Formats: sequence, structure tokens, C-alpha cells
Amino acid sequence: MNVLSLTTLLLPFVCAPALLGIINKTKAFFAGRKGVPVLQAYFELWKLLHKGAVYSRTTTWVFRAGPMIGLACVMLAAALAPFGGVRSAIAFPCDLILFAYLFGVMRFVTVLAALDTGSSFEGMGASREVAFSALAEPALLVGLAAVARLTGSCSLSDMFSGLSLGTYLHAGPVLVLVGGALLIVFLTENARIPVDDPNTHLELTMIHEVMVLDHSGPDFAFILYGAALKLWVLGSLLIHVVAPVRTGHAGLDIAAALCAMAGLGVLVGIIESCMARLRLVRVPRLLMGAVVLSALAFVLLLR
Amino acid sequence: MILSLISLAALMLGGVLVVLTKGAPVWSARAGVASAVAGCVCGCIAGFQALVGGRTESLEIPWSVPGGALHLALDPLSAVFLIPITGLGALCAIYGAAYFQGHRDAKGVALSWFHYNLLVASMIGVVLARNALLFLVAWETMALASFFLVSFEHGKATVRTAGWIYLIACHLGTAFLLALFAILGERAGSLDFAAMAQSGAALPASVSRWAFVLALLGFGTKAGYIPVHVWLPEAHPAAPSHVSALMSGVMIKTGIYGLLRMLACLGAPAPWWGWCLLGTGLVSGILGVLFALAQHDIKRLLAYHSVENIGIITIGLGVGCIGLSYGAQGVAVLGFAGALLHVLNHAVFKGLLFLGAGAVLHGAGTGDIDHLGGLLKRMPVTGVTFLIGSAAICGLPPLNGFVSEFLIYLGAFQGVASSPGVVVAACVAAIAGLALIGGLAAACFTKAFGVIFLGEPRSEHAVHPHPASPGMRVPMLALAAVCVLIGLSAPVVAPGLANAVAGAMNTPPGAARAGLNAAVSPLAWVVGVSAAGLALILVLAALRKRLLAARTVGAAGTWDCGYVRPTARMQYTASSFAQPVLDVFPLARGTRYRQVQPAGVLPAPVSFSTETKDLFRNRFYEPFFKRTAEVLSWFRRAQHGRVQLYVLYLALALIVLLVFGLK
Repeated sequence: MNVLSLTTLLLPFVCAPALLGIINKTKAFFAGRKGVPVLQAYFELWKLLHKGAVYSRTTTWVFRAGPMIGLACVMLAAALAPFGGVRSAIAFPCDLILFAYLFGVMRFVTVLAALDTGSSFEGMGASREVAFSALAEPALLVGLAAVARLTGSCSLSDMFSGLSLGTYLHAGPVLVLVGGALLIVFLTENARIPVDDPNTHLELTMIHEVMVLDHSGPDFAFILYGAALKLWVLGSLLIHVVAPVRTGHAGLDIAAALCAMAGLGVLVGIIESCMARLRLVRVPRLLMGAVVLSALAFVLLLR
Repeated sequence: MILSLISLAALMLGGVLVVLTKGAPVWSARAGVASAVAGCVCGCIAGFQALVGGRTESLEIPWSVPGGALHLALDPLSAVFLIPITGLGALCAIYGAAYFQGHRDAKGVALSWFHYNLLVASMIGVVLARNALLFLVAWETMALASFFLVSFEHGKATVRTAGWIYLIACHLGTAFLLALFAILGERAGSLDFAAMAQSGAALPASVSRWAFVLALLGFGTKAGYIPVHVWLPEAHPAAPSHVSALMSGVMIKTGIYGLLRMLACLGAPAPWWGWCLLGTGLVSGILGVLFALAQHDIKRLLAYHSVENIGIITIGLGVGCIGLSYGAQGVAVLGFAGALLHVLNHAVFKGLLFLGAGAVLHGAGTGDIDHLGGLLKRMPVTGVTFLIGSAAICGLPPLNGFVSEFLIYLGAFQGVASSPGVVVAACVAAIAGLALIGGLAAACFTKAFGVIFLGEPRSEHAVHPHPASPGMRVPMLALAAVCVLIGLSAPVVAPGLANAVAGAMNTPPGAARAGLNAAVSPLAWVVGVSAAGLALILVLAALRKRLLAARTVGAAGTWDCGYVRPTARMQYTASSFAQPVLDVFPLARGTRYRQVQPAGVLPAPVSFSTETKDLFRNRFYEPFFKRTAEVLSWFRRAQHGRVQLYVLYLALALIVLLVFGLK
């Protein structure tokens, strides 16, 4: 492992919470507010890590293990994802399956921790989460399969270093379609508008937030940090498909990817400022749309 | 071969002993269990020897029955099925002994061990037989033995119905097999499988086409492909839990075995066979898991999940066959290897889950998920092992379910990255299907585990369940350990299948070994990442412990949104949990909602319940059999019980025959 891959390995762990700050700043700008500082998420993590915890008497060890296992999974996924054309710390053929399934494990433990509280609100969130992610999964994997077909390899690192802005010349529509599908998956998996509203205050309408209502203290810090990392990791997947900048100089590539991540934060902020949350019954249609986009991208490659 | 014969002999002798000593039911049952365990252990060792050694041992004794000799053989392909049959057979016997402890019908229990031994012996017979006639005898014995086990509690009407549906389905399936063996036997001039395989290469397409369809229908009925799966969700819940585990874990796999064995007798597969298998697998997988989601009886849910897993196995076979017919050897090897490993894995985790369901049923007295809850605190061992089984069946790393799905994915992605167009389309269909099935399975098992074991008890049943006895706990713990072990030793297990894969594909083992070696390094990485994950979890746990050490850790009620009188009845139930997913798939929605709405100022008690019956049973089989019965009831006019008229029939028939004879 050289210096570059060490840098890209550490980047998500350091920068991920800042992405949340960028999104919130953008939303504040659109609302004409000053908004919380960009580094607010770090302060919150720090505060939570120094608090005690309250556990429901209904809960078991499953509730306590959930946040730890969830965070461990997303940290591993971060180590699997390449950044800025640099190979990831862990890369092997078909690592994208493990990548997708690590999020599966994270979801499994989060949902079980939610059901462990015996609260109907958390059950509600859990039920919606599994319903939507079951549809997001094929969209993600078929989208990635299209990229694998395009680049002729099935390791995330090789796939993304095989893409460049030049790819737009011969396979532009594929990248755009996969990008569209991945954007929908990204918004769904990270519980953003139009699927879920991170700022809602009504338990009945939440999905992700309601599943973690009962967590507190360090457990909740793990969950927040895990969510920030997930936002970063899935976002990096998206920007590497849509904006594969390859200058030949690793430092410049990483800088470009960082700019793209910031741009993605702004984009999410804009989407959240301009759109309302979809009605829950409409969300599956959006996700099926994502599956169709991925499949369409694949059809274009079937030559 | 000697060991597998000893195993068969032990099982049969044990069965005879059970019948002979039925006057002393307790001892009779003990003899049954002991012989089952002894026979299974011998069989399991024989299986491992054959799989690892890669040799084929056979036994041929001439007999007076036409169509070849009494031919038994144990090759690596048979061994892949023999190992789960005997392994699960032994564990289920140990569990069953504890499960039946103190059962009021001691005689019935003793006799059930006769059927149990017969079932295991006949399954071993099915995978060892190399003669169609012998195969059919074993196949029928298997069907009858399991029929008697399914109708163990024949006092209940539902159990009797389930038994009859099962018996009829089995025999309809066998009818297709009879036709298949007749066609192939006539071509080969012998009923020996080796002769059939030899003549198979020269089989004209018009014959092999029909033979394939017959094999798919006949073996598919046993395996439980949709739409010939209807017996499965009826028979599995009706049987005692250790029998359900054995039937669901291994008996339905004999269908897969038969299909594989016959594919080798039909020459090179035509491309559409692969597509057919892939399509069947996708339909069974996706509809199976959707039907499972709609159930709230734990054993019915697990039965539908077997349909799903058979679907996954068949997706692997489909990818393998397509790879084979388009010359993509690497894809084919990984597809077949994934399918075969999933056969083994499904036996382990489905066996575990059925045993867990049995412990819940035994302890709480109900299998209705909506009446359970909070059992993890009250039955910790059952809970933890059920959780491991649930994670494994959802294909989550680092457990065994992930390894077999990973192999199929690996094959499919290899096809996607470097193959011509047609193979790619098949591979991407497999990828999308597996991803959807994985997501839905996660929904189904978070529901099952979450509602049964987490939260608060939803009814009196779940408040004071009896804990599982040690005899029930040990098999569950053993199976859970195997789930973890296969997951963590994946880089060793996968190449170990090379001989069996070669047998299934009809190729020399070298090619299969080369294909599987390509999977070793990714699997090693997967295990490495899993180990890193485990270490990471430990670090986080230590961090959390340190952080909380100096702070107040309080206990309170669950956040109830300010509501002052929450009750356990307000928790999300299995039905409510599954509803959003089921709403997305109108195809599978056969759910009937029954509700009594509150009305008036002082409303009377209200109720709400859902029930999801099998779509195919309701819409297709029931109308079909009803119509058939109507048509055939016309013949009843001739059957009125008057002896004089029957004599008249005899006389008429004789006269007609005479007239024909004189002509």
C-alpha cells in the first residue's frame, strides 16, 4: 500500500461528515438562512461520544450490537471503494458483490435493532426500509454490471480506473443512464428527499430516522458517523461514473474527485430545496425507474 | 462403498428393530434413533471420502429384474448430496428424540422412527442408484416414508389434507419420470444409467427435447419449482419439525440431484435448456420469497423459502448450462459450483431454521408469528442460532449462504465482463434476480426473526415458553457452527467441489479445477475482509465500553411518542411489516383482508386479520381438480353398488371380448 492509497483510504473517514455540512449549507442558502456551520456534524459526533446512554428495557444485545456492526460494515465498504482513480486498499475480482452485501449486513442489523425496541414507529421505519432497499439492490448491481461490461472487469478499482471523460465519446448514454440509476439508489439508501426527509419531525412519515429513535450516546454517534460514511461511499461511486476525471496525475485526480463530491453535496442540497418528499406509495415506482435505467444502460452495451 | 452399504444396512436393520420391539415403545424409539445416527455417520464419512478422493466406487450384482443389474455407485456428485442427507439425518434424529420426549402417543412415535429410518435409507438409495428401476423403487419408498411422516398427527384434518396433497403431487411427478425412463431406456436398450449416458450423446434433438421437459417436470415437482410447488407449503408445516427440516433441507434436493443426473444422460445441453432453467429459477426464487413474506405461520414461511432457495440453485444451474452451451467454460464451472454449494448450504441453514421453528413451536405452543415476540430473552440459544440461520439464508457475509451466492455472482460477472451477447443477457438476468431475491429475503427474515424473537411478547404464548432441551439445542448449535465454518473456510471448500462439478458438467476434473481456482483468491479476500470486520467490531465494542464506563447508563421504556398506555399489541406485526413490500408486487398479492371496523359511539370489539393462500393452488389447481372431478364423476353413474348390474358388466365385457376374439 503506497502513500496515495493510504490517503484515499483515510479520506472518507476524515471528510465524510463535512459532506453533510455542505448539503445543509446549500439548503440554508436556498432558504435564505445562515445555516449551521459546515463542520456541525463533527461537533455533534464529539458531543454524542461524550454522553451517557439510555436503553429501553425491552431491548436485548441485538440493539446494542446493531450500531457497532453497522459502522464496521460501512467502514469496510469505504476501504473497498476506490477514489479519484487510485486503487482502493482492498481490491479483488468481484469485490463489488461484497461491497453491495456489506450494506446488506448494515441494513439487516439496523432493522433488527429497530425491531428490538418493540416500538410500532420503529417497526414502521424498518418495514419501509426493507421494502425500498429490496428494489434499490437490483438497480445498484445491474448498474454496476453495466460498468463492468463497459470496462471488461469486475473489480471496483479496475472498473473506475477504466473510465475517463473520453468514455463519454463512445459510451456517453451508458454513463448518463447508470449515473441516473445510481443517483436514485444514492438518495434512497441515504434516506434523502425525494424518498425520505432527514429533517422531518413526524415519526409517522420517517424511514431511516425513525429506526434509530431509541439510540442515544455513543451508539447514536456510531450511527450518525456510519450514515455520513455511507453517504460519502455511495456518493463516490456515483461521481466516479458521472465525472471520471483522469488527468494522469494522481493528486489532480483526487482533487477533482473531491470537487465532484462537494458538487454532489450541493446537488443534493438543491434537490432537497426544490422538491418535496414523494408519497410513500410512489417511491417504489421511482426505484423501478432506477432498475429500468440500469437495464437500459445494459441493453445499450449488448452488442 | 463398503461404508455406504453399512450405512444403508444400519438404517434398514434399525427400522426392522423398531417394528420388532414396538411392544416397548421407549426402547423401540431409542433403537430407531441410535441406528439412524449410526447409519448416518457411516454414510457421511463415505460421502466425504468420495468427494475429496474424487474416485467412483461401484457395486454391480446381477439380478433377475429386466433392464440391467442391481447397480449402486458413489461418485463425487452423489457425495455432494449424500453428505447433507446423512449429516442432517443424524442431527435431526438427535433433535427428534428430544422433540418427542414425553409425547403422549409413544407407540406412534416409535413407529415414526421406522419411517424416519426408511426415509433416510431411501434418500441414500436415490443418490446411489445407477439403474432406473432401482432409482424409482428408492424414489417411491422415499415418497411413501415421508408421506407417513407428514401425516404423523393424522388426527388433525389439516394434516390429513396436507398428506393427501403431498402424496398426489409425488405420484404425478413420478408419472413424468416413468415416461422419461421409458424413453431413455428404450433408446439405450438398458435401464442402467451408464448405458443411458452412453446413448445420450447420439440422442436426436426431438427426443432429448421431450426428455428434458419430462425431467424438469418430474424432478421439479419434488424440488418444488413454481408452479408445481403446491405440496411444499402444505406438507412441510404439517410434519413434525425435525422431519420438516429433513424434507426441506435435503429431500427436495433429490429433485435437483435427479435433474443433474439426467442432464448428463441427455448429451450436450441445447441453449434453450439453460434459459428454461434460468427462467424457472428466477420465477421460483422471486415468487417463492414473495409468498414467504406474506405468510405468518413460521413453518409455512420457511417452506416457501425452500422454493426460493431451490430457485437460487436453479439460477446457478441455468447460468452453468448457458455457459456450457455457448462455450464459456469459466462461467459454467462457477454456475454449477455455486448451485452445488447452495445445495449443501441450504441443507444446513434451512435445517437449522426448521429446528429453531420446532423449538419455538414446542416451547411457546404456537407457530403463528403474530402471537410471538420477545423470545430472544426467554430462549437465548434458539434465538441466537435462528439469527445465524436467518443471516445465512439472506446470503449475508461471512456466512455460508453468501459463499454459494458469491460463486454464482462471480460466474455471472465473469460472463458480463468477457463474453458474447447472449451469455451476457443471461448473466445480467441472474444478477438482477439474485439481487432482488437477496433484498426480499432480508425483508422476510428480518420480519421472521424480529417479530418472533425481538420486542415484547404479543400474547400469553410467548410469555413463559419452555426452553429447548439440550437434545434440541445441540443439533441447532452444531448447524449454526457449520454455517460459520463453511463461510470462513470458503477458499478451501470451493475447490473441494471440483470433482462433483466435473461430474455434473460431464467434463474432466481438470477444467473444473481450473475454473474453481479462479474463485479461490476472491473468496480468500472475502474471508480476510470478514476477519477485518470482526476485529473492527471488537475495537468498536471496546471503544463503546470505555466511553460508557464513566457515564450514566439508564434504562427506560421504549420511546412511545408521548402515548401513556402503550401495549405489546401495538407493536408492528408480521402482516404489517410485510405489507409495503407486498403492495409493490401486485402479481403475488392474493392476500385476503378480513376486518371488522369500529362503528358507533361505543364500538364493539373490532378485528383485523390477513391470510395469503397459495395463488397457484387457488387459481389453478383447485379449479382444475374440481373440474376433473366433475367430469369423472360421470362415471359414478356406473358405480351404484348393485351386484346384479356388476355381473351384467362382466357378462357384457366377456361377450365383447369374445366377439373381438372370434373376428
